[in-house]
Amino acid sequence: MKYIDEFRDGKLARQLTAKIAAATSPGRAYAFMEFCGGHTHAIARYGLASLLPANLRLVHGPGCPVCVLPIGRVDMAIELVLDRNVTLCTYGDTLRIPASHGSSLLKAKARGGDVRMVYAVSDALAIARAAPEREVVFFAIGFETTTPPTAVAIVQAAREGLRNFSVLCCHVLTPPAIAAILDAPAAPLDGFIGPAHVSTVIGSAAYDLYAARYRKPVVIAGFEPLDILQAILMLVEQVNDGRAEIENEYTRAVTPGGNRKAQALVAEVFELRERFEWRGLGSIPASAVQIRAEYAAFDAERRFDLAYQAVADHKACECGDILRGVKRPQDCRIFATVCTPEHPIGACMVSAEGACAAHYAYGRILENTQ
Amino acid sequence: MTAKAHYVRPLDLKQGRVDMSHGAGGRAMQQLIGELFVRHLGNEALAQGNDGAVLTGLTIGRDEVAVPSAARDAAQRHPFGERLVMATDSHVVSPLFFPGGDIGALAVHGTVNDVAMMGARPLSLSAAFIIEEGFPLADLERIVLSMARAAQEAGVAIVTGDTKVVERGKGDGVFITTTGIGLLPVGRDVGGARARPGDVILLSGSIGDHGMAIMSARAHLAFDAPIVSDTAPLSGLTEALFASGGEIHVLRDPTRGGLAATLNEIAAQSGVGLLLDEQAIPVKPEVAAACELLGLEPLHVANEGKLVCICAAPDANRLLAAMQAHPLGREAARIGEVIADEHRFVQMQTAFGGRRIVDWLAGDQLPRIC
Amino acid sequence: MCLAVPVRVVEVLSSDTAIVDLGGVRKEISTALIDDVQVDDYVILHVGFALAKLDAEEAQKTLALFAELEATHAEPA
Repeated sequence: MKYIDEFRDGKLARQLTAKIAAATSPGRAYAFMEFCGGHTHAIARYGLASLLPANLRLVHGPGCPVCVLPIGRVDMAIELVLDRNVTLCTYGDTLRIPASHGSSLLKAKARGGDVRMVYAVSDALAIARAAPEREVVFFAIGFETTTPPTAVAIVQAAREGLRNFSVLCCHVLTPPAIAAILDAPAAPLDGFIGPAHVSTVIGSAAYDLYAARYRKPVVIAGFEPLDILQAILMLVEQVNDGRAEIENEYTRAVTPGGNRKAQALVAEVFELRERFEWRGLGSIPASAVQIRAEYAAFDAERRFDLAYQAVADHKACECGDILRGVKRPQDCRIFATVCTPEHPIGACMVSAEGACAAHYAYGRILENTQ
Repeated sequence: MTAKAHYVRPLDLKQGRVDMSHGAGGRAMQQLIGELFVRHLGNEALAQGNDGAVLTGLTIGRDEVAVPSAARDAAQRHPFGERLVMATDSHVVSPLFFPGGDIGALAVHGTVNDVAMMGARPLSLSAAFIIEEGFPLADLERIVLSMARAAQEAGVAIVTGDTKVVERGKGDGVFITTTGIGLLPVGRDVGGARARPGDVILLSGSIGDHGMAIMSARAHLAFDAPIVSDTAPLSGLTEALFASGGEIHVLRDPTRGGLAATLNEIAAQSGVGLLLDEQAIPVKPEVAAACELLGLEPLHVANEGKLVCICAAPDANRLLAAMQAHPLGREAARIGEVIADEHRFVQMQTAFGGRRIVDWLAGDQLPRIC
Repeated sequence: MCLAVPVRVVEVLSSDTAIVDLGGVRKEISTALIDDVQVDDYVILHVGFALAKLDAEEAQKTLALFAELEATHAEPA
C-alpha cells in the first residue's frame, strides 16, 4: 500500500531509534505527550515504547474523542434510543462507553433500542432517506477531523429537505484541550506530538499561539510509526536546543493554513459553545461546537429538547488523571482487575485508542518485563 | 511490577442480557460459556474445552472399556481402539450468500473442521434448519445444494436433520445447526491444553479472508474488493499432517475472534505463553487494505478454512512441508513458538521491530474511526 | 483521532464523489471537502470523506529525512 508501507519500514525504524538514542542526553528525562488517540493506538500497536530509550517517556493525552465524552452525553444518546424511540446511528467505539446505571448503547440495543453502527455519516443520511417514518439521529463525536463530514451531512440534509434527520453534536476542539493540559500541568511535559489529521484540517499555524504562550515545542506527526519516531527525534532536538517551535513532520498532508474549504463549511454550520464538559478535564470554555440556529431543525438537542446533566465518573475511575497524563493506566487501582475491556469502568478502556485499552491490549508485557 | 491477580466480574445472571459481544468469539463469549453453560451442563467431556468432545467411556472395536478418569490425558493414553468425537456448530451468517461461499457450505465445513481439529476423521453430520416464513425456496435449494457439494467434498454424509419454520421477523432468513461425529484413531492426542514451551506454531495460510469477504458483502459497508471467503473442509489437510508422522500437540481452526482469540485460548488452556513473528503471518494484500480502510486488525478477523498446528519443534519442518504440499496449505508458514510464561500472554514481534501483546477482541468486531 | 488512510483516486464520479483504491480495495467516497480532484491523485480518507490531497513531493522528502544518516540539527546537549 503506497504511502503506508514505506512509512512502516523496519530498517528505517532501526536507524531512527538509533538516532533518538544518540540524541537523548543520558542525564535528562524527556516526557512528550501525544495528544492524538490515533497516535496512542499506533504507539501501542507497533510497540514503539519498547524501542525508545529509558529516559524518554510517552505520556498519553486526551485526544481520544470517545475517552473525553462525558457520561452525561452518552446518557442523552441512550435516552433518545430507549425513551424517544429514535434510530441512533453512531461510529463503532461509542457502543461500549459505560454510561449511567451501568448502561451503554450496546446494552440499550440489547434492550430493544434501534442503535446502528455506521462507518460514515452519509450512511446515516441513507438510513433516514430509506425510513421517512423513523426519526434518525446521528451521534456526532470527534475532533476537528470529523466535524467537516458532519457539516457536509447537515448541509446535504437541508438541501434535500430531509425531515427526519438530526445530529447530536459532541464535536470538540483540540487547541483548547492542549491549553487546558498546559494550564494545569500536573506532570512535567517537554513537548507535544501534534495530531496528524486534525492538523490536516486546521493547519499547522493553528498551534502557533500555544508554542508562544507556553514555550513548549509541538511537532505535528503523521500516522505511521516512522512519522512518530521522526517527530520524537525532532522534539528531542528542540528540547536539547532549548527551542519551542511548531514543526511539521507530516508535510505530505498538513499545510500552515489547513483545509480552508472544510473550515468554511464548519463555520457555516457550527458555532462555538460557551463551554463544554470534558471527561477528566472538567468544563473548558470555547472547547466545543454546537449547531447554529439556521440549522436548528437538524440539532437533536433542540429537536428533542434534551438537557445535559453532568454525571460524575465512577468513584474508583482514574480516567481523569490518565487523560491529563498524571497517571499511567497501570497506576489506576482498578486497571485490569475490575476495569477491563469487557467491563470498562471508564472510557479510557473502551476505545481502542484509549490509554488503558491500548496498554491492556498491547503494552502489559512491558510492565512484566521490567 | 507484576500483573494484578486476575479478577473477573461475574455475569449478572439476574438482570443482565445477552448482547452482541457474547457471540463475538472473544472473552465475553468465553465467560458466557464458562459461567452459564459449562456451569450447569458440566461434565467431563464438556470440560475438555475443545472444539469437539471425545466421548470417553465409548469405544469402537475393542472389548475393553475406557478407564473412567477425571483426567482427559489419562483417558487418552489408553489405546483402546478408536473413540467417538462429537462436535456442533450453528450458523447465523449474514448475508447468506457471499463471495466464496454461503451459509450451507459454512455449516458443513464448520462442523467437519471442529471434528478434524480433534484429530478425528469426520463421518456423518446432522443438519437442523430454522427457516423464516417467507424465505424463497430458490435460495433454500441453493443452500442445500451447496451443503450437498460440501459434504461430498469432505467425504461426510448428512444423515439426519430437522426443519422448523418461524414467523416472519423472528429469524434472519435461515439459521443452520450442524452436529457431526467422527472417529479418533488410536494414538492421536491433540487438544488445547497440550502446547509446551519449545513447541513451534504453524499456520496453514492467510488470515482474515472470510471476515473481510463478509464485510465486503454487507450492504452497509459498500466497497467491492476481490476478497473471497476461505471456507473449506480441513479434514484432508489434518489427515495429511498426521500421515507425515510429526508429533502434533494442538490443532485448532481460528474462526470468530480470529487468530488472536484462538492463540489466547490455547495459551490459557495450556498455561504457556506464545511468541509470534508478525512478518511471518500471511495476510493477503487486499485483506490488509480492507482492514486498513475499516480500522480492523487481521488478527481479529474470522477465518473458515485455516488451521493452527502446534507441534514438537523437531517435527516442525516436516509438518510444514506436509501442509504446503496440500492444496489448502500452500501458503502455510511457521509463525512463532511456545514459551514459558506464567501470564499466558500472546506476544508478537512486530514487523516494525517493537514487541507488543496480541489480546483477545474485547467485544464485537467494530470498525474504528479513530 | 483520527483513523485516516492515503488512497488513490481511480475515478471521478461527480464534483463531490469519487472512487478510490487502496491495495485493490475500491470504495466510493465524498470529495465534498476538497477541490479539483483528478484521477491518480492521492487523498487522505477519513470516515468516507477526502480531507486533503497528499503531496507526493513532500512524501518523498519525508522518507528521505528518515533515511538520513546524520541528525538534522545541532549536536545533542
